[in-house]
Formats: sequence, C-alpha cells, structure tokens
Amino acid sequence: MADILTELTPIFQDVLDLPDLALKRESNATNVEGWDSLAHVNLVTAIQQHYKIRFALGELEDLKNVGEMIDLIETKLKAR
Amino acid sequence: MLRVDSADSSTLLLKRKSLRRELSAKQDLRDLRVAVLGGSTTNEVVDLLELHLLADGFRPTFYQSDYGRWYEDAVLDSAALVAFAPELVYLHTSGVNLGGVPPVNADRAAFEAAVAGELGRFRNAWRAIDEKLGCQIIQNNFERGPSRMLGNLDATSYGGRTRFVNAINAAFADEALGNRRLVIQDLDTLSARLGDKGWFDRHRWFAYKIFGTPDANLAIARSLAAITRALYGKSKKCLVLDLDNTLWGGVIGDDGVDKIKIGRETASAESYTAFQEYCLALRHRGVVLAVCSKNEEENAKKGFSHPDSVLKLEHFAAFRANWSPKHENILSIAAELNLGVDSFVFVDDNPAERALVAAQLPGVAVPDVGSEVAYYADFLEAGHYFESVGLSAEDLARAEAYALNSQRAAQTAQFADYGEYLASLAMTAEIAAFSPTYLDRITQLINKTNQFNLTTRRYTLAEIEAIAANPQHLTLYGRLSDTFGDNGLISIIIGKKQGTVLDLELWLMSCRVLKRDMELAMLDSIVERARAAGIGTLRGYYKKTAKNAMVADHYEKLGFARISTDGEDSSWSLDLSSYQPKNRYIKLKEPDRG
Repeated sequence: MADILTELTPIFQDVLDLPDLALKRESNATNVEGWDSLAHVNLVTAIQQHYKIRFALGELEDLKNVGEMIDLIETKLKAR
Repeated sequence: MLRVDSADSSTLLLKRKSLRRELSAKQDLRDLRVAVLGGSTTNEVVDLLELHLLADGFRPTFYQSDYGRWYEDAVLDSAALVAFAPELVYLHTSGVNLGGVPPVNADRAAFEAAVAGELGRFRNAWRAIDEKLGCQIIQNNFERGPSRMLGNLDATSYGGRTRFVNAINAAFADEALGNRRLVIQDLDTLSARLGDKGWFDRHRWFAYKIFGTPDANLAIARSLAAITRALYGKSKKCLVLDLDNTLWGGVIGDDGVDKIKIGRETASAESYTAFQEYCLALRHRGVVLAVCSKNEEENAKKGFSHPDSVLKLEHFAAFRANWSPKHENILSIAAELNLGVDSFVFVDDNPAERALVAAQLPGVAVPDVGSEVAYYADFLEAGHYFESVGLSAEDLARAEAYALNSQRAAQTAQFADYGEYLASLAMTAEIAAFSPTYLDRITQLINKTNQFNLTTRRYTLAEIEAIAANPQHLTLYGRLSDTFGDNGLISIIIGKKQGTVLDLELWLMSCRVLKRDMELAMLDSIVERARAAGIGTLRGYYKKTAKNAMVADHYEKLGFARISTDGEDSSWSLDLSSYQPKNRYIKLKEPDRG
C-alpha cells in the first residue's frame, strides 16, 4: 500500500495553500497553520474524494492527529 | 491554467486557493458585492462561486449570513447586511429550509393555506431586501425531497410534500414574472440532472449542515455565475459553428451534397439533424448563428441546399468558408457583426481547431464537445452560455407566433373520426422517381425495412443506381411531412415494365407512417406514371416472410384482384382503365431541389 502520509501531504498543501508544509503523523489542528473548522470540512471532502471512501458519522470526532487519520484511512482501504 | 468552467469539483476544491490567487491577478476585473443569505452552510458554494465569477471577469466580495439565518438577516436583524451594501443578494435556501409543509391529512383548504403561508414568509424576505437594499435578488426554488412519505401519492395528495414543493415552485415562478428584481434559480432542475444520490449528502448535512455533495454545490455555483453574467450583460450572444462533421456528417468537399449525413434515414443522420434543430431553436430565442469552416465557400453553401438540412443559409448572420486560420475568421465575423469575441461560443468537432481558437482568442468559449454530435447540445447546456434573465420584446413576438401554433394543436385534440384526425395532420408528400440525392437512403431503407415490405427484395447501391438509370423501370420514393415535422424518406416502389404490364418488384414503407394513407398516395402516383408510360395493368406480389404479415392483405385492400396463390405467397393485379385516385388527406408537392 502506498505511503498514505506521502499522499496526504500535497492534499494538505493544496487545501491549506501551504506549499512547504511538512505533514507529520503528529500534525493536528493546533500545530498546522490555517487548519480551522472550515478548512477541516475541505480537507475531509478532498480526502474522501481522493480515496473514494466515506468516513462514518462520528469516526472523525475522536481523531487526535494526522497519524490516527492515516490509520483510519488504511482500515477503510483494507476493508474494500 | 486550469479551466474553471469545465474542471470537476474535487480539482476545484483542492486547487481553490492557488486558483483564486492566479485569477485575482487579472486586470480589469469588475468589483461585485454579493450577499449570500443561507439556510445551510454556504462556504463551499461561495468558494466555488468566487472562482467562477473571477474567471468571468468579476472581483467579488462576499457577505455570508451566519448559518441558517437567511430570514433573520433579511427581515429582522439587517444592520450588517445593510452596511455591506450588496449589489446582489442570493437567498440560498433548499428543501431543508422549506417550512409549513401541510399535515398528511390536509384537505384542499389546508393545503392552499400552507402554500400561501410559506410563500408569505419568502415574500416578506424579498420585500424587506427590496426596501432596505433595493438590489437584485436571486432566489432558488426547491428540489424534491430525498424521501416521499406517501410514495407516488406524494405528488397527488394535499398532504404530500412533493405536491407542496410543486405548488411553491409554481408560486415562485408567478412571483418572479411580476417582480423584475427577483430571479429564480431553478434548483429543481439542477438537482434532477444530478439525481438524489448525486445531490444530497446526509453525512455532510448532519456533520457540517451542508445539505449537498460537492457536485451539487458546483452545479449551484455554475448556474449562479450564469445568472450573474446574464444580469451584467455578459452572456454569450453568438454561436459559431463548423460544418463538416459538426452540422452534417461527412466532408462536403469530398462527398458532395448527395452523400453528407443529414436527415432521418440513419441514426447518425438523425443526430446531426437533432443538433441543427437545437441550433435553430437557439436562433429562435435570439442567439446569433455564424459559420466558420475550412471549405470552398461554394461547396459549403451547397450543404444547406440539402432537402433535409434544417438550417438554411438565411439563418446565419455571418458565413466564413475558406482556408484561413479559424481564429482570424472569428475575428472578422466579430467585426462584421459588431460583437466582441468574448460573446462568442465556438463549436467544432476537430480538437486541433478548438485548441487553436481557445489559445488565440481567450475570450471565446470553446467547449470541449468531443466528436459525437449527439452530445454537442449537452455541452452547450452545461456551459450555461446563453442564460438570460428575461425575454426581450423581439423574443416575445416570436414566442407569440409559437403560441398560436400550439393553440391550433390544442383545438384539434379531439376528433370525430379517423379522417378528421388525418386531415388535422396537414400532411404533405413529395413523391417522385429516384434521384441521385436519395440513392444512399433508398438503399438503406430497402435493406432495413422488414414489416411493411411486400417482397423483401434487397438491392445493393450499384443495383439501385442501375435501376434508377434504366427506362424499363418505374421508380418512386415518397417523403412525408406533417404538423409534427418531417418524417423523411419513408416509402419506395420499384416497378419493371413487361409490355403493358408493370410488375411491382418492391413496395415498402417505414412503420413510422403506418395508417396515414401514404400507401394510397403512392398508388395514385404509380398509376399516373404507369398510364403515362402506356401501362394498362399493375401486378403485385406478396412474398411471406417471418415479419411481413401486416401486408398480407395489402393488395386486396387496395382493390387488386387475386391472380394466384402459392402457399402463403400471392399474386395480384389491378386494371388501370377504371382506376380512380384514392388519396384524400395528403397534399402533394414538387421535389425541393436546392
């Protein structure tokens, strides 16, 4: 399976308009510039469209950082 | 740069910020203040609308109401909105904001009260905006709900939500006709194009209060941008069309007017005819048509003399058929018509020509129509190029003429007998000997007609050419038009002279004109020509096949006498000395040769 962190990086860079953003597993809304609630909607939309997956209601609410999001994406891709 | 008007929603949303930066750098953008009063979260619609308006030459500034506060902002607590001083207010409500739906047991009175009540709520908002801001209002109507409690009855019952939505949409339309400041965005049709699954997104509704998918928001943004262009006089005005493989199939310079594909005889010809009809309908509503083709002018013009060409030369305001580059021709058309090239749309099946024009004349809209004419109209519709917010007096004069026609149709909706029905069709036939224009179509029809076909003999094109040239044969084709349009070439007779007898080797007719008395008109014509050639008797043959049972009694019904029977096959004859014409309802006209 491709490295999801590598794939997510340009999505975050585009949506947040931060071409030099170095996305890490530890990245979250408090330590990435511009990751507010509106940007969050755009990120989730872009990730769902990119992987053609759907996050269930509530699945995203407990995620603490990008690392946990990657694990969730991986689970969904394996389940297909 | 990425093309905003044709990119998909995921690309636009992903690249939005960089696109916005690039588009904002353009010069000569017109400032535009837009207030979006939403019944749900409007950010995504606004993001997408911003990109489209920038691409269309506006520099928009937006005001967005707090989530769900469209009514409060408009009617009650408008200070911030008034201070923003918008030029345009978009009331973005959707089915989720529709209130006052009548209870399931509602009777007519309760239903009408519910419609009046909900209409009143929106009227309050429109009136308040008009009084406080005096600006243009764009209000969407409503899509069907994602669920129908009453199933099919939902559209019928006074307690049905579907019926309620239909009534509100009709009331909005009436309201807009009486209020020039109010334009209705047809969310009902936009949502139907995408379908429920492409439109509603429950997850986004519950999680973010966005009711629709990214595709739904893109469709909304594109149609809003089109309305905005129309309001500010930026809609397209002129459709520039290529000829070969765009308005007809084939290359007229190589194939000649007789061989181009246009008409009703093949699927491919029908698709070109349908596109010509679409272009003509655009002309009727005020769009200027022009031709830009790589051709000899004389050849190019011949195409419109084809009897099946719906478009005629007089429909074109400008005509360029030569070997100059197309962008130069388009500039010269613009100069001739005194229109800017930014009001042009260019349709050409050739991707190289499209790329050239798009690169040389950035203002011209060049939809990527592909190469299948069946879909060209869809691309023109998707581009919203010719949007208008009202019809001019000239448009309405034309509309009046059409209205008279449809009244006539309504008057003849009930008939005392079948003859009255046939008379109402105002049928006109062209019946003549085979001519070069039609030999291809005649051969096609001969080789595909199975049901109304007395002998089911098949012929090659070469055989048909030989028969057409041989004086021993009498040939006829028939075309039939009626109030609903042209049915094309639909009937064929081939007769061979044997002394004073004419053997009817072939008689066939397309099933699309069954029971129109066309066979009577064909018989009258063949009798007339046979008499003129010294023939005294027609001889007809029925050869039974698996599919032609419908004409087993064809000759009997026409008054022929049975000569012989061989199993299920039969031979018939008709003495011409006492023959009286039988056709009463079809008027004959001379062949139309351009």
